[in-house]
Amino acid sequence: MFFLDQAWLVPLIPAISFVVILLFGKRMPRQGSEVGVVAVGASFLLSCGAVVRWILRVHDAEGGSALGAFGRSIGRIGADHAEVPVLPVLHHVTWFQNGGVRLTAGIQIDGLAVVMMFVVTLISLLVHVYSLEYMRGDRRFTYFYAALSLFTASMLLLVVADNTLQLLVGWELVGVCSFMLIGHWWEEKPNSDAALKAFLTTRTGDIGLLTGVIMTFFIVQRATGVGSFNIVALNQAVSDPSSKVGHTLILWCAAALMLAIVGKSGQFPLHTWLPDAMAGPTPVSALIHAATMVVAGVYLGARVYPVFFHGFSIGDGGVNPMAAIGGITVIVGALLAFVQDDIKKVLAYSTISQLGYMVMALGVGAWTAAVFHLFTHAFFKADLFLGAGSVSHSGSHHSFDMKTDMGGLKKYMPQTYKTFVIGTLALAGIFPLAGFWSKDEILVNAGHNNYKLFLVIGLVGAFMTAAYMTRCVYLTFHGEYRGGHEPHAIPHVDEAEHDPIDTPASVEHDAEVHPPHESNRLLTGPLWVLSFFAVFAGFLNFPHFSRFEKWFQPRYPAGFAEILHPVAFNPILATVSVLIAGAGIGIASAYYLGKLPQGLSERNAIARAGKRFLVNKYYLDYVYENVIVAGIKGPISTGVYWFNQNVIDNVLNYTGRGAQALGRATYEYVDQKGVDGLVNGIATLTGESGGEVRKIQTGRLQFYALVLVAAVVIFAGVLWIST
Amino acid sequence: MLLNEFLILAAFLFCTGVYGVLARKHAVLVLMSIELMLAGVNINLVAFGAFHNSDIGQVFALFVLTIAAAEVGIGLAIVLLIYRNLHSADLDDVDSLKG
Repeated sequence: MFFLDQAWLVPLIPAISFVVILLFGKRMPRQGSEVGVVAVGASFLLSCGAVVRWILRVHDAEGGSALGAFGRSIGRIGADHAEVPVLPVLHHVTWFQNGGVRLTAGIQIDGLAVVMMFVVTLISLLVHVYSLEYMRGDRRFTYFYAALSLFTASMLLLVVADNTLQLLVGWELVGVCSFMLIGHWWEEKPNSDAALKAFLTTRTGDIGLLTGVIMTFFIVQRATGVGSFNIVALNQAVSDPSSKVGHTLILWCAAALMLAIVGKSGQFPLHTWLPDAMAGPTPVSALIHAATMVVAGVYLGARVYPVFFHGFSIGDGGVNPMAAIGGITVIVGALLAFVQDDIKKVLAYSTISQLGYMVMALGVGAWTAAVFHLFTHAFFKADLFLGAGSVSHSGSHHSFDMKTDMGGLKKYMPQTYKTFVIGTLALAGIFPLAGFWSKDEILVNAGHNNYKLFLVIGLVGAFMTAAYMTRCVYLTFHGEYRGGHEPHAIPHVDEAEHDPIDTPASVEHDAEVHPPHESNRLLTGPLWVLSFFAVFAGFLNFPHFSRFEKWFQPRYPAGFAEILHPVAFNPILATVSVLIAGAGIGIASAYYLGKLPQGLSERNAIARAGKRFLVNKYYLDYVYENVIVAGIKGPISTGVYWFNQNVIDNVLNYTGRGAQALGRATYEYVDQKGVDGLVNGIATLTGESGGEVRKIQTGRLQFYALVLVAAVVIFAGVLWIST
Repeated sequence: MLLNEFLILAAFLFCTGVYGVLARKHAVLVLMSIELMLAGVNINLVAFGAFHNSDIGQVFALFVLTIAAAEVGIGLAIVLLIYRNLHSADLDDVDSLKG
């Protein structure tokens, strides 16, 4: 079981690559990028091995032979083997000991972990390859690859963690790396602002994580008598109905961890950092939005799911904070995606909305659906982001503005167009692409678990998703090309990679005014790989075979077995959701092809107000900056200033004067008379005695020898007399 | 055993050496006088060794000879440099350490 037992290698390899690139990258022929690609490639292979070994382990546990595992996978009903336990692979070493508490670092490899490892390493590998071309000639190319490696390593560390403390470490490292990468072009003020905003907003959620992690320690302590951060122990502790852990403690722990998810996974109302994070290079956006960073929150939710399940009483079918926040985020994110002109921001709001689906799925008790949606979403969202990057790299002079610099790119960039459309259809949930299966699973589970409200929200979200993605595709690829061929005088702030102090190669690249053209293979290759997964990943959980559910759903008695009851496919609901998505595409197309009344927001006051409300992003940034921050800045800082001037300054002034008087007295009496007198006296004495003694030093060698012999004779005489 | 005779001879040689070191002006003669002192010491070592029926005295004497050879080598080199700098090998002229 090499691949499962040694899974700690998967995060370790990119971590080593980070150090190597940082130390030696600049001297390497490709400036360190080759190290990053090879390291992540190695991690990817190890992850593939882990996935295969894990599937075989599941089959072995059911008594089937390893060889027959794939052959038998067709034609069996998924429900009859749900009781067989498959234990996770656990290994740990002592991290540190303090006061009798032993903290460990270790790996917990189970279905969830191997799926995440696969997704993270695959997306990261493709992003590494893509960046070879996209970031070519960047002034901090080596640094960029080092940060990518660390980013991947931290996310993998978080994924394999067997305790919440280690998870916290990975979580914070991911946050730091996203800060570095979003602010990669920090010379532009908006970029460094965006990086700070992302960092500080997620920090707000991290307060919840820290509190929650501490609470997990005490939950386990109360249940077993020995405190621990271990995730398996935690899940057991909260699930055991006879345990001594009170419901209130679990509720608070769930609430604290929920805050962490809200911050990290861009849930309403802390989602505002995510669109701003588009300031980073596009490959980073793809990595942040598909495989790392934002899905860390959902992963946390899935990892310690029993805490939420019991804390929020998800099984009861009532409205709970998790489902509510997820549901609100689905709608809020999707609405905002309609009014964005920046293609990456459309995708960013789309990510927010899709993350809302995942959190909502967790909130309605559909664990498998949430993880499955995370899995499929990673592929098509990375596909879309890298597609947008390809458009800006080769089609729109490094701009991301759909309205001014794009349009009609379909005929210039056929490959990008095809992959982008595949990603769009997958995201919209059109049969039979990946998004259809995972979204449908969320909806059917929501309906089954008596969360009808969230079923409706999901359907509305599906409609809006289809419509705003149609708008995005239309504005980017159809109609007339609006970019023009003249060089744009003002470089777009988001994409200021090629500025005059850049390396010669890219200056040349910048000076050359190229018409839109297809990107080269380093860009389209990853797009096609991701499109492949966007089409086929959904079949993994094909109804009634349910490979994904069978393989990757936790099946061990640690809180999961009794709460996961994914329900079967519902053809009617599936048809309805596809029809709704189709309607979204149809209505949006009709609007953009001019078959529907245009200019609604110009003529109708309500529509105009609604649009302004959306363009201003619900005034959330306004509230944060002008109300909360200004509130802190205004009265509180005035009060602090008064306190500073009147209290602290007075204390300081009197202390200062007292110290001054004391100092003067010391100077006159102690220093001048006492110390100086003593020092001067010693110096005089030494000088004068030295003047006398120096006369002995004749400098004549034989005089010294004479003194020596005389001394010996005297001592010998004394010795002789005394004996 | 004729220990006393050897010791008297050694003392005579040593005293001759001390006199030479203290009284002669020429640096080379001072070095030669030092050799005389060492010779006196060597005679003592060998004589006591023989007196105690031990080889250690002779071994020490051999060491002293070896070290003395090295010392003379360095000493003569210094004398040569002094002569080059001062055009004299008179020790009274070497008084730059005068306080």
